[in-house]
Amino acid sequence: MNQSSFTENLTNKVWKFFASVKLSVVVLLALAATSVIGTIIPQNASPMMYLQRYGETLYSIFNALDFFDMYHAWWFQLLMGLLTINIIICSIERLSKTWKIIFPKKINFQANRFRKSPNRVEWTADAKPNGLKTPYKSYLARHYRHITTQETDSGLLIFGEKGRWTRLGVYAVHFSILLLVIGGLIGSFFGFEGFANVPEGKSVQQISLRNQDEQKRLPFAIRCDDFSISHYDSGMPKEYRSSVAILNDGEVVHKADIRVNDPLRYQGINIFQSSYGRTPGEKFTVVFTDPESGMTYEKQGAIGARIPMPSDKGTLVVEDFRSNFNFRGHNIGDSFICRTIPPEKQPDPETGNFFVLPLNHPRFDRMRGGDFAISVKDIEFGYYTGLQVTRDPGVPVVYAGFILIIIGCYITFFMLHKQVCVELAEKNGQTQVMLACVSGKNRPGMKAAARRLAGQLKNMQNTDER
Amino acid sequence: MITSSGLFSIITFIYGLAVLLYISAWIFKKELPGKLATAATITAVTGNLIGIILRWIESYQMGYGHAPLSNLYESLVFFAFCIAALYLFLEFRYKLRIIGVVASPISFLAMAYASLPKVNSSIEPLIPALQSNWLIAHVITCFIGYAAFAVAFGISLLYFIKAGRDHQTGGVAGKIPHVDMLDELTHQMVMFGFLFLSAGIITGAVWANQAWGRYWGWDPKETWSLITWLIYASLLHARMMRGWTGKKIAVLCCAGFLAVIFTYFGVNLLPGLHSYQ
Repeated sequence: MNQSSFTENLTNKVWKFFASVKLSVVVLLALAATSVIGTIIPQNASPMMYLQRYGETLYSIFNALDFFDMYHAWWFQLLMGLLTINIIICSIERLSKTWKIIFPKKINFQANRFRKSPNRVEWTADAKPNGLKTPYKSYLARHYRHITTQETDSGLLIFGEKGRWTRLGVYAVHFSILLLVIGGLIGSFFGFEGFANVPEGKSVQQISLRNQDEQKRLPFAIRCDDFSISHYDSGMPKEYRSSVAILNDGEVVHKADIRVNDPLRYQGINIFQSSYGRTPGEKFTVVFTDPESGMTYEKQGAIGARIPMPSDKGTLVVEDFRSNFNFRGHNIGDSFICRTIPPEKQPDPETGNFFVLPLNHPRFDRMRGGDFAISVKDIEFGYYTGLQVTRDPGVPVVYAGFILIIIGCYITFFMLHKQVCVELAEKNGQTQVMLACVSGKNRPGMKAAARRLAGQLKNMQNTDER
Repeated sequence: MITSSGLFSIITFIYGLAVLLYISAWIFKKELPGKLATAATITAVTGNLIGIILRWIESYQMGYGHAPLSNLYESLVFFAFCIAALYLFLEFRYKLRIIGVVASPISFLAMAYASLPKVNSSIEPLIPALQSNWLIAHVITCFIGYAAFAVAFGISLLYFIKAGRDHQTGGVAGKIPHVDMLDELTHQMVMFGFLFLSAGIITGAVWANQAWGRYWGWDPKETWSLITWLIYASLLHARMMRGWTGKKIAVLCCAGFLAVIFTYFGVNLLPGLHSYQ
């Protein structure tokens, strides 16, 4: 075997492999089976949670197999890629054959195909073939688009055909799957999905991207002017509403109310109501109590502020606020996360221990045994709104795929390429009539269709059924 | 005046009656119970529909005003209606009462499950996430699809009873139509269901894009609906392109329906946006 015929042979084999429906069925079922994994194992959770849940051994196995983000794993994407290639090659392979059926150079009916059809009906009519030809032909022409006649030795054949184009339906479905894939790729390359928590009265221009430790700067800033929740009488939430303003260089260029199911779309970027939370106001009071003397000192605090502690005992840093803080497995509610920095010249400034100040338990900090027992008061709360911010230029392509898939499925499943043949043969002054319907998919419905049509034709002439 | 829940209790009973009548018509090979079974099913379907409309009106009277398609109870009632209505269509079109033996129990079971105390039957206002017109399109298309798959599953069961007893005219298999007919009917139902499942997934995707800014997020229910879609897609390819018929198709059809059931109920066990509260 020489080199070129070897490559040809190999190409042929590869082509055949990708053109096989067996591959489609295997890949479809493999996708179905593997998709189950991601519905059982929570996706994109923290490694801590996985370790707790599955233990170290299972964790490392699952992690190696990308089970924690399996829909983006290489092997899952490979399966989808295989399916895509399979669809393309299958369609190319078959379309050329189908095209010849849909757009034949010369319409050629095989009378024997109808004569042998199990869906045929036969009867005798009391007229000569020529007398039946015109009424039959005009009747068939009402139901079939292309009518042709052919003379035979003893009479004639009338052929009718319709719905040749419906054979394209399946290609529409396959093409629509490609549109979904293309739309999805456009989205993943040129789109983004992020979120931002915007406190009332504040504005943000940076958003955090989902499942990535990355920030993205938007072409505009989003300011939350107001967030409100309304409830039904039963206490169930009725509406979450954020009044937002879009700012361009500090100028308000657009204002809108965002509700669940009613997002704001601005410059191709979509902003959705997705969550909310409480956030402490700008200022509050920090109370230091000397555990020995019981003396209290009050100082003004703010998040991120460094507050010098009384008697030069160091500095308090209010790092963060968390609602529903989890302290050793217990929800201690709204809490400030703080740390102290010891006075200068003392080692370990960074490790200054973190501790929490739960708002609902003002005496909590006494347990820490620090220089002072610290608590916080006079806090005013506001809301922050959790906004989902996305851009997906692939959506129109995906939607086109959606429309096409429905149309294509309908055509493929419920419209047929139908052919009918009526043969009129003269016999002893009467006409022997044979009628048969065939379809591309050989549905049993064809027999009923043939019978119905035969009934109609028989009624046109006073005839006797044989 | 009767309330919708009162009506649904009566309907459940009538569905149960229809089950008994279809089975006796099948076993005793008598015409009368068959006719009564059809009459009972027509009554139940009509009552089922009236009940749904009544519940819709009641929700307006309570000031909530939403289509009764918002929780497990309402979906079960609608599911029962879709199956029975689809079955009646088949009975009249193909003159096949035998399918009632497998279709009516599914309607009855759905209604009976809905009436269990653990299924909350009270009319409640819509949470913000469900306040969308897409809710109606999404739920209706999905459940028509589910109903078609349920009927296809029922016909597949008949196939297993009939297979191998093709020429038997007496016994339990006698009244079951020829396997080719069963095979074709299964295929028709699967195609019908596939079209509506596709439409259901698509309306869901469009709605998700409307509400959350992404048309697909691998949420467990989304994924399970895709798994269902993939199973039926492979069934259609195996049949249309590889010429699979009969038993293999019937088995795939059962697998597909298991996936439907899991998409419908099982997903409630998994976390996600679709779990019925």
